Amino acid sequence: MRSSKKSKIGFGIFVTVTVLIMIFPFVWQAVTSLKSPGEIFRVPPSIFPDKLYTQNYKDVFTAGVPFHWYLRNSVIVAGLTTLICLIVGSFASYVLARFKFRGQALFLGLLLAVAMFPQVAIISPLFLFFRDIGLLNTYPGLILPYTTFALPLTIWILTSFFRELPVDLEDAALIDGCSPFQSFYRIIVPLAAPGMVTTAILVFIFAWNEFLFALIFNTANHMRTVTVGITMFPGLHEVPWGTIFAASTIITLPLVLMVLVLQKRIVQGLTAGSVKG
Amino acid sequence: MKSRSYLPYYFIAPAAIIIFGIALYPILHTFYISLHQINLKFPDLGMSFIWFENYIRLFRDVRAMSALLNTIFFTVSTVALELIFGMIIALLMDRALRFRGILRATVLIPWAMPTVVAAMLWRWMYNDQSGIINAILVATGVTTEYLQFLAEPALAWVAVIVTEVWKTTPFMALLLLAGLQVIPREVYEASAIDGASKIRTFFTITLPLIKPVLLVALLFRTLDAFRVFDVIFVMTGGGPGNSTESLSLYTYKTMFGALDFGYGSALSILTFVCVILISVLYIKFIGTKTR
Repeated sequence: MRSSKKSKIGFGIFVTVTVLIMIFPFVWQAVTSLKSPGEIFRVPPSIFPDKLYTQNYKDVFTAGVPFHWYLRNSVIVAGLTTLICLIVGSFASYVLARFKFRGQALFLGLLLAVAMFPQVAIISPLFLFFRDIGLLNTYPGLILPYTTFALPLTIWILTSFFRELPVDLEDAALIDGCSPFQSFYRIIVPLAAPGMVTTAILVFIFAWNEFLFALIFNTANHMRTVTVGITMFPGLHEVPWGTIFAASTIITLPLVLMVLVLQKRIVQGLTAGSVKG
Repeated sequence: MKSRSYLPYYFIAPAAIIIFGIALYPILHTFYISLHQINLKFPDLGMSFIWFENYIRLFRDVRAMSALLNTIFFTVSTVALELIFGMIIALLMDRALRFRGILRATVLIPWAMPTVVAAMLWRWMYNDQSGIINAILVATGVTTEYLQFLAEPALAWVAVIVTEVWKTTPFMALLLLAGLQVIPREVYEASAIDGASKIRTFFTITLPLIKPVLLVALLFRTLDAFRVFDVIFVMTGGGPGNSTESLSLYTYKTMFGALDFGYGSALSILTFVCVILISVLYIKFIGTKTR
């Protein structure tokens, strides 16, 4: 135990460095977003803005890019993706948690396959198909693929939550004459509300952050989502970093706050599928 | 009871239909398209069946092969670094009860950030004039002059890899932590009493015990790294030259730059086949090593 004090200090330094590396880029983004265009290009960069320059945040909404549309599109697409995933996913998870049926292994294999799927492998047929039936530059054109790729995660997390709920309540409901469907949405769904919240956050973040499909399917300016939108700010001579980081801060801050408040739940959800097998 | 036996199928039907319609059927269709010549620049020509010509072209295409090698290089280097750093952070969180909350909160920040935003941010931090990284490197005496990070292949690779590792190490760390927490404390105590060093304990006890979780985490990270698109698209666009171009990025450029859907689909299938090979290898490994 001689080295305990030394190792404690070493430990503290290690933790501090880790925290700094993880946090610094996000802080730097916020700092840069509050600098004037002149100050942004100063060499070497100033650590704190000379004075808080809020014009960047106004420019986000007025500098020729309809950022409020991007925000609206992202909220709608990510919100509806989350809703559909929860509905479709909770049905599937319920039977996976409660029943043994033929084809169960096949279905689980299907989920695993999609979770490992490279999205790029299906963009050509989906693009042609969506073009032919008029789904390019629409919300469903993004919601459909997002739902597909978020379903495995949704089902894994919800199944692990449903498994932990006591079966007795459902049995009682069945004896009282509830149909399996009624016992599902009257008893299971309300009890699993915390699991639903966890799942909802993870799916929402996935859909909010997605880039490839959004870049390819929604190319009309009024249908773009925020991730594609922030790569679209026009610069006269230089990249308008101040405006870009103001926009970036706007679209990241809600996620960061949500994550900080609900961190335990999120970690629980993230690891639900992988630890139990 | 008859109706009840069909119940599971009604309940999984919506999910199965969506997954089949949007993921499984399209992959077969991608293969079908890859056997054709189809270029949206010349819509009048339509589609003509050309057997495996796109695949023959693929193996003669230096750019495709270098994109494949780039993707493999990116995958191996990022996953290896994530494993090392992820393990260190996971061990920190597992030991340091007092700091667990703050560590968990901070590692979730890179994880929650959109990749595109993170890539933009790092691209700016690597800026050759006003980038903070150059300022730090010069101030600490690591380099004497500002580096053109994104203009030189080797440095561009460093830049891209660091960004990806920063963004995805948290996921690895959290999964590994979940694995570590399952290990009973007594195991460590017993090992300490036996006089085993910390390093020895890690390799002979900790590592074997978290192997299943570790392999699952590695599998997911490997497949995710293999389809890399956002980071490279935003930071280098595949440049300088095509030195950092990944398979996904080349596929995207082929389809939506050159509008060559036939050849682009063949490239997609190449990615798909690689992903299957990686999965099969891992699953074989998981299957044999956990028993």
